[in-house]
Amino acid sequence: MSRYYTEDHEWVEVDGDIGTVGISEYAQSQLGDIVFVETPDAGKEVSKGDDVAVVESVKAASDVYSPVSGTVLEGNDALADTPELVNEDPEGDGWFFKITLSDASEVEGLMNESAYAEFVSKL
Amino acid sequence: MSNINASGWRPTTPEAGESNAATATGNRALMLEEPLIFEIGSISKTGVDFGDAPTGTSRLGGLERHQDIGLPGLSEPETVRHYTRLSRQNYAIDLGLFPLGSCTMKHNPRLNERMARLPGFADLHPLTPVDACQGAFEVIDQLAHWLITLTGMHSVAMSPKAGAHGELCGVLAIRAALDARGEQARKILLVPISAHGTNPATAAFAGFTVEDIPATDDGRVDLEALKARLGPDIAGVMITNPNTCGLFERDMRAISDAVHAAGGYVYCDGANFNAIVGRVRPGDLGVDAMHINLHKTFSTPHGGGGPGSGPVVLSEALTPYAPLPFVEKTADGFRLVEEETAGEHHAGSFGRMTAFHGQMGMFTRALTYILSHGADGLRQVAEDAVLNANYILRSMEDVLDAPFAKSGPCMHEAIFSDKGLPEGFSTIDIAKGLIDEGYHPMTVYFPLVVHGAMLVEPTETESKATLDQFIHAFRSVAERAKGGDPAIRTAPHFAPRRRLDETLAARKPVLAWKEPVGAQAAE
Repeated sequence: MSRYYTEDHEWVEVDGDIGTVGISEYAQSQLGDIVFVETPDAGKEVSKGDDVAVVESVKAASDVYSPVSGTVLEGNDALADTPELVNEDPEGDGWFFKITLSDASEVEGLMNESAYAEFVSKL
Repeated sequence: MSNINASGWRPTTPEAGESNAATATGNRALMLEEPLIFEIGSISKTGVDFGDAPTGTSRLGGLERHQDIGLPGLSEPETVRHYTRLSRQNYAIDLGLFPLGSCTMKHNPRLNERMARLPGFADLHPLTPVDACQGAFEVIDQLAHWLITLTGMHSVAMSPKAGAHGELCGVLAIRAALDARGEQARKILLVPISAHGTNPATAAFAGFTVEDIPATDDGRVDLEALKARLGPDIAGVMITNPNTCGLFERDMRAISDAVHAAGGYVYCDGANFNAIVGRVRPGDLGVDAMHINLHKTFSTPHGGGGPGSGPVVLSEALTPYAPLPFVEKTADGFRLVEEETAGEHHAGSFGRMTAFHGQMGMFTRALTYILSHGADGLRQVAEDAVLNANYILRSMEDVLDAPFAKSGPCMHEAIFSDKGLPEGFSTIDIAKGLIDEGYHPMTVYFPLVVHGAMLVEPTETESKATLDQFIHAFRSVAERAKGGDPAIRTAPHFAPRRRLDETLAARKPVLAWKEPVGAQAAE
């Protein structure tokens, strides 16, 4: 399994042709307390860069872009009642959705963990 | 992800173990705790004697109500006290300086109120026959004349009922003009990031797609970036001038020329018109539509005391599409142009925004303000408003970071950032500290282009003595924050409520009162 990051602070963990997507620790720390998350429905076809989920902090709403193209397998239903999971464990239990990748080579354009850490350190 | 909290705003949370010395009643001196109206009195009580309800056949066909409807039961003194107590928990322009930025909280002269209460205006019904309200129509017509003259525009739509409603009117006029030209493909409105937040909301509501235009480092629209984006898909641009960085868009003429050359229209958000009224005519800057908040620039009340009003001045190009109804002067007096009477000469109207002709009470107040100031007085309004804002900017810039202080004089508002505050201290702490000092906080965390923004608009209302008192309080709180005073982080200490748990309020909002379980049985 490998984890990749976007410059827009999403991560995708790829296992075979299944990807799990969420937002990074840095993103949750900047957003502050998350109060609402909307995840995509299973079966939704998405292209890389589409806005597929919404995350709201107390003050503002942000769109979450899909780091890869494919078909949504499931959204994380737990976030509906416990959006604070995104604050507590953004890169674990706070995942947003799982997706079947249509083009595994897309991840080659993304950053790995150390490259992302360096990217964030310069923000 | 899209923007991840560019403003740096954080919700407040109560500090653990924070408490005030308790009183037996929960009151704090003469600041009284007040329950909800449903929690006082009892259903068996009433302040009014009603006769018995008439009995007889009903035509409701079995839909009659038989159970209690749960209205609160209060005596007259209980009712009066309830609302008077609530009013004391409010902060108002009649109590002190109200520094909210991009808001123009100015004094509402009492002469306005006296005129608005003249029975000939106050008691008019909107369906009064035209012959019987010629005086009211003359007020609307005179105010329209002043608004057109002050803005150098071609016409004015008087009916929109607030600033954002006026924005919608202007944007719908742009849509109608494009449709009339057969240019349905122009679907994008460009909105600079220094614009009011309502601008992109209005554009989206009207069916346009919104695209941002960046700002330059000095806080103004990036003219080159704007020019580069113009093309056959662009409907126009929505610009706030003076903008939310408190700066005059000095490239406005060049922006308008470029947008017009590319076939688009220019909407200007006139919410900050107070800083330029009598000095600058937006019509000279190439603006096609601009709303005017009568409750800002022309001193009609903000909320509470009366509704908003947002007339929209229009260029010659957009005038044929103005909404109905409107007042028209004819040889036989004034008449109201409605759908039935618009005929050929106003066939292009995009339709109707309101049931009637607008906020009559606000028209009367605004015209009173304009006539009592005169042209020279209005010019001085803008000059004094700008002078006061600059006085605050220069009195604070050695304590707080002022990101645009080098961009020249500010207009209506002074803007500061949280840069230079110690770790763990933020704009919210200064805002809460000001509450303890007896001031309503300034606008915070807006505009988004400034981290931890503090936006102060004093208006021309305030004397130098009042400004000096405010600056003394503002400096004191800012210096304590800069010095790392931990007490600032738990302010307010003297308000009826301490910091609220904004996260809990957003995650688990309580939006309606529920009768406590068992309350009925106990009665």
